Amino acid sequence: MYPSRFGYEAPKTIDEAIAILDKYAGEAKVLSGGQSLIPVIKLRFAAPEMLVDINGIPGLDYNRVDPDGSIHIGALCRHEDLENNELMEKHAPTIAAAAPLVSDPIVRTRGTFVGSVCHADPQGDWAATMTAMGGHIVAQGPNGTREIAMNDFVIGPFQNTLAYNEIAIEAVIPAPKGVRVGSYLKLERRVGDFATASVAVSLEMNGETVIGAGIALASVGGRTIDATAAAQSLVGNKITPELIAEVAAAVAATAEPRTDHRGSSDYKRQIVKTFVTRILTGLATTSQKAA
Amino acid sequence: MTSLYDEVQAPPAEGVPTRRVTIKVNGADRTVDVEPRLLLAHLLRQGLKLTGTHSGCDSSNCGACVILFDGRPIKSCTMLAVQADGHSLETVEGLASASELHPIQEGFKEEHGLQCGFCTPGMMLAAKALLEVNDDPTEDEIRWALSGNLCRCTGYQNIVKSVLWAAKKMRAEAN
Ligand SMILES: Cc1cc2nc3c(=O)[nH]c(=O)nc-3n(C[C@H](O)[C@H](O)[C@H](O)COP(=O)(O)OP(=O)(O)OC[C@H]3O[C@@H](n4cnc5c(N)ncnc54)[C@H](O)[C@@H]3O)c2cc1C
Ligand code: FES
Ligand code: FES
Repeated sequence: MYPSRFGYEAPKTIDEAIAILDKYAGEAKVLSGGQSLIPVIKLRFAAPEMLVDINGIPGLDYNRVDPDGSIHIGALCRHEDLENNELMEKHAPTIAAAAPLVSDPIVRTRGTFVGSVCHADPQGDWAATMTAMGGHIVAQGPNGTREIAMNDFVIGPFQNTLAYNEIAIEAVIPAPKGVRVGSYLKLERRVGDFATASVAVSLEMNGETVIGAGIALASVGGRTIDATAAAQSLVGNKITPELIAEVAAAVAATAEPRTDHRGSSDYKRQIVKTFVTRILTGLATTSQKAA
Repeated sequence: MTSLYDEVQAPPAEGVPTRRVTIKVNGADRTVDVEPRLLLAHLLRQGLKLTGTHSGCDSSNCGACVILFDGRPIKSCTMLAVQADGHSLETVEGLASASELHPIQEGFKEEHGLQCGFCTPGMMLAAKALLEVNDDPTEDEIRWALSGNLCRCTGYQNIVKSVLWAAKKMRAEAN
């Protein structure tokens, strides 16, 4: 498979990259990990005139937790950088749980967290994780930077709200109000396959009481599904088995799965319910132990 | 020098822009003119005639095309040749010296880690990347590290044994 012809630039600064995007007025694409874009241009689902390779721009490969507790992931932080990462295990357990489940180990050496969120694949693990954690994207364009909340960023399958001359330079997850706990569960037929269904849960706790709750789903609808509204009955309460059953049913009702080769729609909805139950049961046990 | 995109019927038409890139391949600098759309796997196989890097699925799934890019494993069918400019690559041809097999190759020989051999170059390079960061991996860790590489023949059992064999030999050599 061969992509159709395109030009290629490898700028050394973000400003240069933005200038090229600006000049091509929508006909240029950012190339980061290339683990979605290169397959897409090989299949000729896209035929950009120009690729702007940002891999040579220094200083974008970080992941860090600021003193205020906010988490910052630079545009060139690779999937594998978030695997076995102590900072993530402590401050962003949902990210730590998802990292080893994204693609396969070889794809993880190249693919980026931010690139995956930009790709806005309804099956993408990071868009669901970011949605559950209430994250936002920092976009930089000719007129400076702006913050775009996840729900305003991913607006449909493979559609984000970046302007043609903007680059997503960082993903940010704001500081939690209390202690952040969470997890990610994904059912896949084999390593490297996209999910049959996956569930991201991120809670903020004050002792045993939930003070903030976010849940998002991947692979069970035409876009990343934000099930946060269905999780709000947790807020202000301790996690009890009755509450878990109520939330699991409410979250499963937000899924819009389609029957395909990975399973029937009913089956996928059942998986969502089971995963929400498992994650919340696990979190209830650990919060009881901690309290 | 190669500016051909061999499997597209004709060489680039007059005026198609190419870029000159210098890539360290198995320790030697190679300078080539490439069209931006040339995939790294094709540069290696058709351009540089390093046919040890295999092309299995051509769709980023199988790992037959895995090489090391600055020491980390990547799928060369999912990277552009121009992206390798200024970087260092290792292919299966770089494993053995003129007189000696690499311990990983020896391991695959000793433990029957291959049947048709199609997946073997990618398996060995993914294994090399693992052993560089973990010289004493468990069976589970090996299975995990190789989980992006598909084999249609062996059932994986002997591949895992081959890597364990190589790890042991490499530890002994290091001491
Ligand atoms: C075999 C295989 C299995 C996979 N399995 C999974 C899986 O299980 N789960 C999963 O979530 N993903 C999976 N993926 C996709 C993988 O995670 C990609 O790495 C990811 O979707 C895209 O990230 P990237 O850095 O490779 O982006 P690229 O491929 O470089 O870009 C993707 C898109 O985003 C745009 N873009 C990228 N970075 C930026 C930026 N900084 N600013 C603006 N626009 C940008 C590009 O222009 C392009 O349109 C798989 C891929 C493969 C090949
Ligand atoms: S040929 Fe590259 S992954 Fe299969
Ligand atoms: S030995 Fe035949 S594919 Fe692995």
